[in-house]
Amino acid sequence: MPMKIGSNDFKDRVEEGINDSFMRKAVAGAQERMGSRRQDAADQLGNWEDWRSHGEEIRQHVLEHLDYYLKELSDNIASRGGHVFFAQTPAEANEYIKNVVESKGAKKVVKSKSMVTEEINLNSYLEEAGCEVTETDLGEYILQVDDHDPPSHIVVPALHKNKEQIRDVFTEKLGYQKTEKPEELAAHARAVLRQKFLEADIGITGCNFAVAETGSFCLVTNEGNADLVTALPKTQITVMGMERIVPTFVELEVLVSLLTRSAVGQKLTSYITVLTGPREQNEADGPEEFHLVIVDNGRSNILGSEFQSILQCIRCGACINACPVYRHIGGHSYGSIYSGPIGAVLTPLLGGYEENKELPYASTLCGACTEVCPVKIPLHGLLLKHREQIVEKEGKAPISEKLAMKAFGLGAASPFLYKLGTKMAPTAMNPFVSGNTISKGPGPLKAWTEIREFPAPHKERFRDWFKNREKDGDA
Amino acid sequence: MTGSITNREKFLNQISSQLGRQPITGKVERPVWRFQPQKEVLKNASQDELLTILKDQCLNIHTSLYITDKNNLSAVLKNEIEAYGGSVLAGKDNRFKEWGLDFLLNSEIEFEEWDYTQGRENILRAERAGIGLVVSELTLAESGTIVLYADKDKGRMVSFLPENLIALIPKSSLVPRMTQAAEQMRSEHLKGNQVSSCVQFITGPSNSADIELNLVVGVHGPVRATYIVINDL
Ligand code: SF4
Repeated sequence: MPMKIGSNDFKDRVEEGINDSFMRKAVAGAQERMGSRRQDAADQLGNWEDWRSHGEEIRQHVLEHLDYYLKELSDNIASRGGHVFFAQTPAEANEYIKNVVESKGAKKVVKSKSMVTEEINLNSYLEEAGCEVTETDLGEYILQVDDHDPPSHIVVPALHKNKEQIRDVFTEKLGYQKTEKPEELAAHARAVLRQKFLEADIGITGCNFAVAETGSFCLVTNEGNADLVTALPKTQITVMGMERIVPTFVELEVLVSLLTRSAVGQKLTSYITVLTGPREQNEADGPEEFHLVIVDNGRSNILGSEFQSILQCIRCGACINACPVYRHIGGHSYGSIYSGPIGAVLTPLLGGYEENKELPYASTLCGACTEVCPVKIPLHGLLLKHREQIVEKEGKAPISEKLAMKAFGLGAASPFLYKLGTKMAPTAMNPFVSGNTISKGPGPLKAWTEIREFPAPHKERFRDWFKNREKDGDA
Repeated sequence: MTGSITNREKFLNQISSQLGRQPITGKVERPVWRFQPQKEVLKNASQDELLTILKDQCLNIHTSLYITDKNNLSAVLKNEIEAYGGSVLAGKDNRFKEWGLDFLLNSEIEFEEWDYTQGRENILRAERAGIGLVVSELTLAESGTIVLYADKDKGRMVSFLPENLIALIPKSSLVPRMTQAAEQMRSEHLKGNQVSSCVQFITGPSNSADIELNLVVGVHGPVRATYIVINDL
């Protein structure tokens, strides 16, 4: 699926989210569990703030020297016999991958979880070319089997589904005959997918981090599906967002530790696999041919801008798990494969303001996201910057702060949240603040005071939207 | 064989121009980092302390742990193999003989070695085997992680396709955490020793929490895992 998901109308999506009571309960419970596991994992280290600062300094250094490290990476991959393709646009990436697939006469593709391939809509592209593409991460597989239901969380994609729904989907689509017990559902998926792994001609993966000095890259999973994707098919294609790189193994290790603790509260996940080039001569497993596709897709425009720090992101999802707005509206409301605070910042940058101008308002600016981010991205500051820019461009806010809060089920008149919001606002706003109210003012203040009606509701379920959608090009 | 690089210059120039500078032509030195918290973790722990930490961590990662010595290794391993049942697949590894594991090699049990000359047949063997047997090259106490370097004699799938995993862990392979493994991998690289095409950091059996955040152990990889620490190695 492309980056964009769900109905076009922000209000509709939010309303659907709020009305989905299973989803809301699931999200609230998940946030609590994942949030507390993350907190424990951080506390165990005793000096988590130093870890975050180290993560931040590594990511900042890499971004400032990104061209250098990408050059080093590609030279080293080529010297190990791998092929590197730099793709500025989704079309370039998809075309290259399709050509590789076609040159192999391949029909069967297995994939491990990769946000960037979702971003460029690779699956539909390959399916049009006549390939069977199978997602092998359990969560992603469930969504794929359910007619491409969109993901609602970057780490736990099927968070919005309960086990009964999953059982029904498996029964309908896979002829599954057992109960809704997670063990039985997973065992069924294991058996079906094992066969897919063994038959596949091509394995496609994302990339958690590439290592410039050795031309390596690293995959982090608990299921181990990435290990099969990279060991069994003859050809492997790895797709990475261009910023996902570190100088050496030494920095890799730090970021992996930050990722696993922040994402799932584990010291390390069950499988962390560092791959370099294709298989060596005489190795009997691993790919004979290896391709790395490095994707820009709008990222370079963020470099050098006031939003550059968002490229430090390691996709851990901690900000999502901490966000009170996500808790109320769920992942689908963001209308993007990237939800929560990271989504609210990143989606407008990659997809443009036109279709995403409400997203920066999906925040109370309480700062919980910024506090948990393992690489110290000032998330709520960036959301505020977005609001400033949108107001400047549009002359007014697309949605008022008060109405937004009401829509998110957080109560328009919640003085606590309102105060939190204003507390986090830049000091530049102070001249316009009198007592407890904000008067109309220029720039950012407008975003807080302008009131606009929501567009009239226009119902279209995700499923219908997906059925009806025309090929939705490159998001 | 050297691989190809396509579209690089334009792509990188776009980056440098966005960053408001010329493309970098010289070498960028890695900065001296202001923070290095990873070096502080379990800094002065002895091998015995590391072993205790590993033992505790095994409870978190659904992994059985046995501690033995070289003399008893054979018996402990044989027991565990019998408990799991099924045939055993392992890499070709001289250490089995050195450690007195003759029962593996003289076909007292169903035992197969990875044999690269047989190509893809190895995958089918791994699929059939009940137990994958590996030797941990480095063992990370903090997380309970074994480290495997794939090569022609040690296929990637030995540790993966069989339903059960048994890892032999020489006590001397214990280090505090992934930091030491990363440093070692880097220093080997700098000495001119090419890093393995596949380095696996494995922490217990495979699992997933994708269904309502319920933990399911054993998804794509092994369903059960056992570590056997050898005290005097
Ligand atoms: S913005 Fe920070 S907290 Fe959110 S996903 Fe990215 S790294 Fe994690």
